[in-house]
Amino acid sequence: MLQLENIVKDFGGLRVLDSLSLQVGEGLIFGLIGPNGAGKTTLFNIISGLSRPTAGRVIFNGTDITHFAPPSIAARGMGRTFQNIRIFKELSLMENLLAGMHRLYTYSPVAMLLNLPIQHREEKAMREKAMEILELFHLAGKAQRQAESLSYGEQRKLELARALATSPKLLLVDEPAAGMNPAETEELMGEIVQINNRGYTICLIEHDMKFVMGVCRQVAVLNFGELIALGTPEQVKCNPQVIEAYLGKDVCKL
Amino acid sequence: MIEFLMSFWQTYNTLFYTVLVHGMLALSIYITLACGQLSLGNAAFMGIGAYTAALFTMKLNVPFGIALLAGGMLPALIALIIGAPTLRLSGVYLAMATLGFGEVVRVAFLNMSITGGSVGLNGVPPKTELWHLFAAMGVLIYFFLKLKNSRFGRALEAIREDEVAAAVMGIKTTWFKVWAFAIGAFIAGLAGGLNAHFTYFLSPREYGFDFAVDILTFAILGGTGTFWGPLIGSTILTILPEMLRFIGSYRLALNGLILVLVVIYLPNGIITVKKKD
Repeated sequence: MLQLENIVKDFGGLRVLDSLSLQVGEGLIFGLIGPNGAGKTTLFNIISGLSRPTAGRVIFNGTDITHFAPPSIAARGMGRTFQNIRIFKELSLMENLLAGMHRLYTYSPVAMLLNLPIQHREEKAMREKAMEILELFHLAGKAQRQAESLSYGEQRKLELARALATSPKLLLVDEPAAGMNPAETEELMGEIVQINNRGYTICLIEHDMKFVMGVCRQVAVLNFGELIALGTPEQVKCNPQVIEAYLGKDVCKL
Repeated sequence: MIEFLMSFWQTYNTLFYTVLVHGMLALSIYITLACGQLSLGNAAFMGIGAYTAALFTMKLNVPFGIALLAGGMLPALIALIIGAPTLRLSGVYLAMATLGFGEVVRVAFLNMSITGGSVGLNGVPPKTELWHLFAAMGVLIYFFLKLKNSRFGRALEAIREDEVAAAVMGIKTTWFKVWAFAIGAFIAGLAGGLNAHFTYFLSPREYGFDFAVDILTFAILGGTGTFWGPLIGSTILTILPEMLRFIGSYRLALNGLILVLVVIYLPNGIITVKKKD
């Protein structure tokens, strides 16, 4: 589904990604881990088109999207969330999701101005679909509330819900559990698995090892912009290089 | 009573014209503010619309409607040309580009012979009637009402709230910003054309930086959360100087004081959208 070929990214004289190649297969929950500054978020930015690699190619579903603008990449079926939450704070939860569904609508400005039935039909269908997604994240009861009024954990979920509303084939999730308490994290794990069961491929960055080991089927470990390990969570967590660079010995015993 | 109303109308009927024209200008800047962009070129767009429409009726003798349309289309076209490169970037680039553009336009009006140079254009035929302005305003209000709960209105709001997030959700941010800017320019140009045909007289001084800031003030005072805000703001700021006429030359100071108070105590403008929580 997603193929990275020899991605290099330099910021000035600093090489943050060094000839990185990876493949994310369809249907997986793929984990991307590594210490801070390893280049994980930079990699997400390159995949979603917010930043251009210095060298290398990004292939998504057979298309080279390396030089595509973010909206065109999204239109091909990629959704993402951000490490620092970027929901639309002044809009309601429902409006956040409907904005996310923008590219699923088909009605034209003329249909809007002439009040054609297609607009009402689509708006109604989208609202129902948005409600379904909100229910999945236990946010349906707050659909009309302003997004800013949600708790931190709920805001993270809303952002995930909004990304899901774009109907992506691949969902990039940047630290979904950051700032969540253990109960919220547990609930989120269930939701991630549920989304995956519905057929969405997920690639996630996370520092919570219980989370990563619990939901991911494949894990890649980055350190200083290089891939140091790739495999199932079991294979990765006892890899000596990974223990040295990131996890420490305790995780291996989990 | 009737006599009073008659004399009131005689004295103040031009104020109605001005209120409606300023209302249109407030809406013209609102649509760019709605997607988080600041245009300081709307006074210049109004000027281009005014000169274009006036020259069409004076020199070419075309029907009024066609002249007005031309006065709206030319600014919109220019906005597409300026907007396409500048709006690819996020941030303050549109404000900078339109600031410079406004100055270029003013100087061009001053020096071109077809616009009458510094003397301006005299004797524009009085063709604008009050109902024209009401009709134009009615159409605009309908447009903004329809926009509000449509996918296009939501896309603009999404861009205003977070451009990066909007882009990764598949909203073509540049496209929306350029069109919002062009529609704003069209509205400003139309307002200029309508205004030109009741003031009889056009001067390049009317469309400078000061007026661009006035237009922005209409929107900021009223609040930019909904399009009603700029309409209220422009109405108040147009009527206020008339009501304060009795204090003579202090009225600009008082005008400024009122603005400062609004900014301090109602930072989101007079019409603050009620937050749901």
